[in-house]
Amino acid sequence: MPKDVLTFKRGGVHPKDQKHFSNTKKLEKLPMPSLVVVSLSQHLGAPAKPLKKVGDVVKRGEKIGTAASFISAEVHSPVSGVIKKIIKQPLANSVVADAFLIEVDKDAEEVIFEKVDYSAKSDEELLNTIKDLGVVGLGGATFPSHVKFMIPKGKFAQYLVINGVECEPYLTSDHRTMLERSEEVLEGIMIAKRVTQAKEVIIGIEENKMDAVEKLRSVIAEKNYPIKVQPLKLKYPQGDEKQLLKATINKEIPSGKLPLDIGAVVANIGTCFAIYEACALNKPLIERVVCVSGECINEPKNLIVPIGTPISNLIDYCGGFKTEPDKIISGGAMMGFAFHSLDIPVVKGTSGVISILEENKERETACISCGKCVDACPIGLMPTMLYRNIKNGNYQVALDKYSLMDCKECGCCAYVCPAHIPLVHSFKTGKKLARKKK
Amino acid sequence: MRVKITSSPHFHSKNSTKSIMWNVSLALAPAALWGVYVFGIRALFVLLVSIVSSCFFEYILGYFDGNKDIKESTLYDGSAFLTGLLLGMNLTPTIPFVLVILANAFAIVVVKWTFGGLGANWMNPALAGRVFVFFSFTSMMSNYTVPKTLEVVDSVGGATPLSFVKTSISGGLSNLSPSQILATSSYPTSSIATSISSSTGISPYAIDAFIGNIGGCIGEVSALLLIIGGIYLIAKKIISYHIPVYYILSFSLLTWMFAGVRDGLGLFSGEVLTQVFSGGLILGALFMATDMVTSPITKKGKIIYALGCGFFTFLIRYFGSLPEAVSLAIILMNIVTPTIDRYIVPKKFGYVKKIKAKEAK
Repeated sequence: MPKDVLTFKRGGVHPKDQKHFSNTKKLEKLPMPSLVVVSLSQHLGAPAKPLKKVGDVVKRGEKIGTAASFISAEVHSPVSGVIKKIIKQPLANSVVADAFLIEVDKDAEEVIFEKVDYSAKSDEELLNTIKDLGVVGLGGATFPSHVKFMIPKGKFAQYLVINGVECEPYLTSDHRTMLERSEEVLEGIMIAKRVTQAKEVIIGIEENKMDAVEKLRSVIAEKNYPIKVQPLKLKYPQGDEKQLLKATINKEIPSGKLPLDIGAVVANIGTCFAIYEACALNKPLIERVVCVSGECINEPKNLIVPIGTPISNLIDYCGGFKTEPDKIISGGAMMGFAFHSLDIPVVKGTSGVISILEENKERETACISCGKCVDACPIGLMPTMLYRNIKNGNYQVALDKYSLMDCKECGCCAYVCPAHIPLVHSFKTGKKLARKKK
Repeated sequence: MRVKITSSPHFHSKNSTKSIMWNVSLALAPAALWGVYVFGIRALFVLLVSIVSSCFFEYILGYFDGNKDIKESTLYDGSAFLTGLLLGMNLTPTIPFVLVILANAFAIVVVKWTFGGLGANWMNPALAGRVFVFFSFTSMMSNYTVPKTLEVVDSVGGATPLSFVKTSISGGLSNLSPSQILATSSYPTSSIATSISSSTGISPYAIDAFIGNIGGCIGEVSALLLIIGGIYLIAKKIISYHIPVYYILSFSLLTWMFAGVRDGLGLFSGEVLTQVFSGGLILGALFMATDMVTSPITKKGKIIYALGCGFFTFLIRYFGSLPEAVSLAIILMNIVTPTIDRYIVPKKFGYVKKIKAKEAK
């Protein structure tokens, strides 16, 4: 094992990475759908306020929703067309919010985003551009990027750590982005560095993407960027910011604190590309790379998809199902949400649409106290104790003694549990009930 | 189209309770077969009666609990099979069958199901069954057969090396190590052990105990085959090495340091190898103490538990008036396990720094 390959120490699991379905498939543009559903709640925080009403004609890239509070984001129309309806659209993560149903006008004049010179802009102006064009974290949590990059007074970002880990099984969207859009991604990273005024920039990439490591290194050498590419050992959940920072800069984020408290800002590869598009092309976040994969899909692909496209369009474009899947998942297999219908639209946080068969179906048995969950937990919690206390209604014990709120639902415990206990499910429920009780 | 909606994760490792139980049974198989080989066909019947009665009680209790369909029964997880096998291996080959059934009834009905079946037992059911019949029917459980690989000597009768040494010491022998006591009474050894012993200097009794040429319970005699099974389980990551290693090491250390005191030989003169390989220590350390339900969850807890097991085994084996040191030590630590789990909590990510940060303020 070469010494320069790092990882985090505590816990973690090694699920099959399943990247072979799509890691050689080039990025492809999905043809414009005839209808899109653009939700106003595609980001963490308050849903955006609608700016348009039924019957309005919108152009591609036009703002249709605006941030409702500090932690919120702008929403833009990914297509040119007419707003037909405003509906309540449930998303895969069970958020229900108002959404614009836009009928695409195929004959509308094409909107082209041209390269602009942003070098004269001040950092504040760049930050405003990022905010104005609706950039959010594309790793899955969809935290508004301008909030993350705004360094409050008295704080200081020593490190900017770029997350190219993509530790979730199946997903290859960041991998392909790094390979095919390396220059743009690196330019986006340099913008992020400028805005956060970070001293050091580290890109963390897992070892199963060494081609991306080499590609990025060669571009960095060519352009002479002050960026370090750090290969990481394969281990889930390395893409979580806590584990990523432990692996790359060997610092632990204190419980309940943010990366900035240890002088770091973390951004995802896809986000950096979105930053590049926003700043260099003035193009809002209206499309993203979605990895359509899984053993049930005929032709797995990495697609560039307009936000709001129903996932059925993506699946049809990939040749439909080979076999009927048991589950269709938004995001990765470890933390993603199961789609309940194929009509659900792609949102800013949809990194993948994964159709899988359920393997290893086993009956749930009683907990046999094997302690595998404790060994697997990257945070050092005791999932079995949390589970017992939640099951018996002792929410306070689960919260105080066993730190329920520190659980980030990465799924390592449920992945290894020989008794097949739905641990993560119980923690999600427990958190909700504990909040209600308060 | 029908799709399933469940909470994440949508991936699962191949672990299952069933595979754990069957793998442990598989790991026990070589030692059990060796027992059948050296003690004869009756040992096989003891094992079979034990397994069948254990499964029977498991099914019956499930039946009265509302699981009328045999396919839905908790039998499928294999835990009852394992308890039956383990308990059978912990009985003597000559035990009356009715006692085998009684031991299983105690193990399954009283110990396992009183608090709710799998996962809720507060001590190892197989061990509890063994201890129950041992203390209720001591004479029948002490009548050990000498394996057919040894030539029987009349003066020894049916005693295991350990019990023979214990009786000899209470009979007045002193200033001799256990191996010397056995040698002066011409306790039998196999020819292989004698030849290895003459070339290496290791006590022939230790070698016989290691290979399995001693009297004892069906499954506990061959340390070698038990260790192979244990290594299989550790390699498959079904058990962690902590409990067996710390258990055997702490016991060996205490034996080496203090066992000589009992025999009048002073400190640091204890005979380790004979002691480690005889009795139920290897079976106990690898298969009984590592029972997941009744051992602590955390690594640190496991180490404390294993050290406790080693300490009590040492204490009871040398200074207790009864045999059964391993069983009693493990049961004692089983009872302490919930307490260990309550107080030994792993260090959480991002917590030490929090305290440091407070101090810094």
